[in-house]
This record gives sequence, structure tokens and C-alpha cells, in this order.
Amino acid sequence: MTETEVSATERAQEAPEREQPEARSFRATLRSAEIDARLAGMVIALAVIWVGFHFMSGGTFLTPRNLWNLSVQTATVAIMATGMVLIIVSRNIDLSVGSMMAAIGMVMGLLQTDWLPSLIGFGHPATWIIAVAAGVACGALIGGFQGIIVAYVGVPSFIVTLGGLLVWRGIAWALASGQTIAPMDPNFRLLGGGAEGTIGGTWSWIVGIFACIGIIVLQVTKRRQRRRYGLRLRPLWAVVTIGAFGCAAVLAAIGFLNRYYLPPAIAERRGAAPGANIPLGLAIPVLIALGVAVVMTFIATRRRFGRYVYAIGGNPEAAELAGIKTKRTVAKTFALMGALVGLAGAVQIARLNASVSSLGTGMELSVIAAAVIGGTSFSGGLGTIAGAVLGALVMQSLQSGMVLMGVEAPIQDIVVGVVLVLAVTVDAFYRRRAD
Amino acid sequence: MLKRRLWVFIALFALVLAACGGDEGGGGGDGGDGGEAVTVGVSWNNYNEERWAKWDEPAIKEALDAAGAEYISSDAGSSAEQQLTDVENLIAQGADALIILAQDGTAILPAVESALEQGIPVIAYDRLIEDPGALYITFDNVEVGRLQAAAVFEQVPEGNYVFIKGNAADANADFVHSGQLEVLQGALDSGAVVNVGESYTDNWDPAVAQTNMEQFLTENNNDVQAVVSSNDGMAGGVVAALEAQGLAGEVAVSGQDGDLAALNRVALGSQTVSVWKDARELGKAAGEAAALLAQGTPLEEIPGTVIFDSPGGNQMTSILLTPIAVTADNLDIVVDAGWISVDELCLGVDPGSVAVCP
Repeated sequence: MTETEVSATERAQEAPEREQPEARSFRATLRSAEIDARLAGMVIALAVIWVGFHFMSGGTFLTPRNLWNLSVQTATVAIMATGMVLIIVSRNIDLSVGSMMAAIGMVMGLLQTDWLPSLIGFGHPATWIIAVAAGVACGALIGGFQGIIVAYVGVPSFIVTLGGLLVWRGIAWALASGQTIAPMDPNFRLLGGGAEGTIGGTWSWIVGIFACIGIIVLQVTKRRQRRRYGLRLRPLWAVVTIGAFGCAAVLAAIGFLNRYYLPPAIAERRGAAPGANIPLGLAIPVLIALGVAVVMTFIATRRRFGRYVYAIGGNPEAAELAGIKTKRTVAKTFALMGALVGLAGAVQIARLNASVSSLGTGMELSVIAAAVIGGTSFSGGLGTIAGAVLGALVMQSLQSGMVLMGVEAPIQDIVVGVVLVLAVTVDAFYRRRAD
Repeated sequence: MLKRRLWVFIALFALVLAACGGDEGGGGGDGGDGGEAVTVGVSWNNYNEERWAKWDEPAIKEALDAAGAEYISSDAGSSAEQQLTDVENLIAQGADALIILAQDGTAILPAVESALEQGIPVIAYDRLIEDPGALYITFDNVEVGRLQAAAVFEQVPEGNYVFIKGNAADANADFVHSGQLEVLQGALDSGAVVNVGESYTDNWDPAVAQTNMEQFLTENNNDVQAVVSSNDGMAGGVVAALEAQGLAGEVAVSGQDGDLAALNRVALGSQTVSVWKDARELGKAAGEAAALLAQGTPLEEIPGTVIFDSPGGNQMTSILLTPIAVTADNLDIVVDAGWISVDELCLGVDPGSVAVCP
């Protein structure tokens, strides 16, 4: 990305600010601090949901253990939602992700149980690497193939991926005649979390401290860069508050999650002293999801490809006329989505310790809902990765919380459906007022 | 130009398929030619499912051969509309009795009614068809639930129980659960067994069962001694959740279907029971009944029938077969039946820990 592009984006973000200098409301203050009101609103909504469930479930929701569970349960959908944001931003849709995950999961499962053991032996240390690489490659290939049909042939993505929804589910079934493939390779299973698949308390703190440093460095370089180009600076109080708040939130989260200790049964088996509290620390799937979110945010906001996707979504004709290779870009978003599905599939079958042909049934809807609750607009051009991850967390919080309260599955569906429509309605209302 | 592009895509598609593994197909069915002997027509809803071709069809054929009856078949490929046409075709081909594995127990009704009007008896195979004129042959799903609960209850006569039920929209989920309650109701009333968590599972999805189980364990601080799961797939999710807490093997877990992975878990000790429905028994019973019906035996005179009150309010003449509870003690049944190989069954099992694993 060139320097002129950076300043162009920054200026574009500031444009509305200059048009209405007289507005001095709370919202204007927020805006001058460049706090994303939508994200802030979602964090508040999430806090309300959590506190509400905590009281309604009799104090089991806001425990280290439940939040740790929640983080692992959210990971799969969160990974895929980051890709779905780019798809929807470019005015497309991918309905095939759940089925694709089943087919790719089946390939990865068979690789570990049938194909690789006969080549390199059962439990070979390279098994998990080959399986994950094959899954991601297979996903990119399938996604890219669907993307090429969408972009170059011009078949609507709804239709192409609706076909994919049927085809890949069928292939998932055919690969093993509907059988359940189990068990997975021991190393591969670490990807799914569980008692083994975590990094421990110390490493969690190290990750937290690095994240903290990252937040601060980001704020400082951003400010320095703006000063260099003579752009309007974010007020210093805002920078300090955001840095401090972000840092505190990260460390508090780590501290809280680190209070979830290894189950006594497993601790004893490992020879720990009775009553010793060994923190599990962050689960590997959660780290994967966070890593994906960071990389995808970078791609979406700081890489030419990402900016092109937003440009295409904002106005396809203008993007085309501006010389953007729109077809290639759209095809790439689908390939990227596919690769993420492969990664999410690895996490999911590792967690389940089995590959089943019904894997990810209906998950396309959770993924799309997460992206949409996170503020991604179907009219294109709008949406953030962070929002989608938060959206996934909101969805999973609702589901897990209702299970804790003993709400039956059909009622859960009703609640989730209502919340989805409500979230988008509020968003649309807010947007109309902002215009 | 466009054509060439199309070919490129077809080639690409083939490449993707090849890269992600091939697929296996099955299907077919043989035509019959009538003659002196009676003919039985079988309408499969989806012959591509491994089970029908491997277990059910040979058993039906064998039973029909023994009775001197002819076998003809058709495959609806999972389409309820296609199955209506299939049934008409089978009648046109001279079927004297029909065995129907319904894709949709309601949508098939017009074809069943028309067959019955023509004096052709109908067997509802494995899935209920809500017409009192049909003979319903299936495994007793309530008994499945009873066997699951009994095996778990034997191991854990008192303690906290979690119930992982099937799909809320599937009548079988409730049949199975009612059987479980029949066995456990007394203990639940006396307080020996406490229900600490109960949930339906969307689409019998193992991943959903796993998430639900994690929540139940969290809610009860791991104070769970038994899990009555309604099928093997969900039991897999439950065991994964238990493993994460180091509880696998200590908590009793039930299942059904005789999934290969589940039988492996039974051998490993992380699952207590898998209730197994031997498809060959079902095929044999249907073949024998169909031959008798085709020869003109009235419905009531078929041996082994009982009256089953269907959810739709019909009194169905039914043959309800008893499933088998497979536990670590009788794993030899599934091996002897050729259902699973010893290698698959004993993968990762310590030699000598169960009798079948050498």
C-alpha cells in the first residue's frame, strides 16, 4: 500500500466530520475521538446480555469456566465470519460454508485415519500439519472455484453457493458413505482446545502483554503518521483513554480466564499436588480465531485487495471504471472464505474428535448472522472484521446462556431470530438518522 | 468462446472433485418379469445410503427367495414426488405387495391409498406411514430408550443425570425419550436419580450436543454421573465434552445405531452402551411378511403383529422388533455379525481390557 493511499483513506474517514462542525453532542464527542459508535454499542449490548444471563442463570454465566467455554464455542463461527464480511461487503453471499466445512472436514478426517497412516504411519508428528494444509488448500480451491463462476461467468453468488450447499454436503456424505470418522490424530486434536489444547497461564499472560504493547504501538504510530502528513490529530485524551482501556480490557480478560483451572481429575492424572490450581490459559482455537481476526483486519483495511473489496461494494461500476480488476478481486474473496472454512473445519473436527457428514449443518446462517449483527451491510461497502467477531460472540452468548437457563431448542431459535432482526433494525434506524 | 469457457469450468470442477477425493455411488435395482410366482415391489427412498444396499436389501431378497417370491425395486433418490411415481410404476410392473421406505410419511399417502384400493398390500418399512391399512415394520424406538436407560441405570443407580435428546421435530426423539423415562421414572420420583439438565438437539447434531454438554457440566460444576444420550453421534459430542474435563470413562453414556466410532468407544470404555438395530432382522421380517401378504394372507393373520397407536391417531398393525443393547460384555455380537471388524473395534484399546480385543 502506498503512502498516498493511506492519506486518502484517512481523509475519507474524516470527511463527514468537516461537514458538520456545529454538532457538539455526545455523539460528536465520540466521533471526534474516532470511537466506532456501532462497535461501542455492541460491546454495551454484549455486556447487558452477559449480566442479564448471569442473574437469570443463578450466577453461572460470568464465571471463568463459562466464559472460557464461550470463547472456544465462538471460535469456529468467528473464524468464518471474518471471511463472510468481505463476501457481503462486495455485495455477494456464500451459503455453502456449512456444507463446505463438512466436505473439507471429511477430507481431513480421512487423511488422518485412512490415507496418511498407510503412508507415514499412525500418529506421525507431521500428520496434523498435512491435514490442516490440505484442508485450507481444499477450501481455497473450492471457494475459488465458486468465486470464478460468480465473478467471471456472472451467475449470482446466491445461486452458485446454494448449489454448493447441496453439492458439498452430498460429497461430504459420499466420501465416507455417511460414516463417522474418528478418532483424530492426537496432535491435531490440540487445535480444538480441550484440556490439552491450551497454552497455560504463563503464556497467556505473555500473549496478553504483547497484545497490550501492540495496542499502544498502534496508537503511537497512527498519531505519528498523521502528524507527518499534517492530518487532524485525534485528541490526546482519546488516544490515552483508548490505549489504557484496551490494555486494561485485554489484561482483565486474561486474568479472569486464567482463573479457570485444570479439572481436578486431569490435574491428578498429570501428577499435580491435590488442590493445586493450574490455569488452563487461552485455548488454541481462540488464539487461532484472534490471529485470523487481526490478519483479516490488516487485509481489509491496510492491503490493496481489502480496499478494493470495499470500493467494489460501495459502487461496482465506479470501481470498475477506476481500473480495479473487480472480477479477480471478487473471486479472491471467495477463495479466502474457502481457506477460512478449511481452518474453521479443522478446529471443529478437532474439538469434536470426529468428522461427521452433518458437520456444520445450518452454520452458514450463524456465520451470516454474526457478520450482519456485527454491522455488515447487505447493500455493500460497509462492515468490519471486529464487528463480525463481536457478532459471533453475541450469537454464541445467547445460545450458551439459554442452555444454562434450560431453555428448549425451538425457543432458543425464536430468541436468536428475533435478536437478529432487531439488531439489524436498530442498525438501519441509526444509519438513517446519521445520514 | 462461451463454450470453451464452459469446458474450462467443467475441467476445473472435475479437478476440485479429484483434489478433494472421489465419491462412491451406488444404486440400481433389478427389473422383474412377473410370471407365476408373486412379485414384491420395494420402493427405496434413497438407495445411495450405504445401509440399504449393504444390509436391508440382501435380507429382504433372501426372505423373498425362501418364500419363492420375485423382487423388483425402484429408487426415488430422496424425492417424495419421485416416490409417488415409483410406486405407480411398481404396481404397473405387476407387484402383488409393496414395501415402502417412505421419504415422507405423509406425502406418500395418496400412492399408498391408491395401492390399497387396488388390493395391493403395503408395508411401511422402518418409517411410519399414517394409514391404518398398511403394515408397519420397525424397531421399537421406545424399547431403544428403555435399553439405553437400563444400561446406564445399572451402572449408575443413583446420581445426577443429563438427558441429551434428539431433534425436537422428529417423533422418534420423543419415542426414545419416553422409553428412557419409563425406566427411570421411579428413581426420578424417589430422588435417587436427579435430572440436572435436559435438552433437545437441533438435527441430532453432535457439535450441538457437545456444546450443550459443556454447558451442563459448567452449570453443575462437573457433578454429573450419567448422560442418557439418544444416539451415537450425539454421544460422541458428549464424550468429547467429558474428555475435556477428564471425566470420560467415569460417566456412563448411552447411544444408539451401532456407529463404528461408538462401538470403538464402548470397547475403550468411554461409552456404556450403544443400542444396535440389526437391519438384517428388519429386512428379513419385511420380506417374510410381504411374501405372505402377496399370497393373500390378511393383515391380522401375519404372525407377530401388535397394535401400535401412532402419533397421528391411527391404530397401526405393526411388527416391532427388539433392538439389542451392545455393551462391553457382548461386543462379540457385532463382530460375529460382520457389522464391524476387530481392527476397527479395537483401535487404541488396551489388549485384554475387553474380551473381543486380543
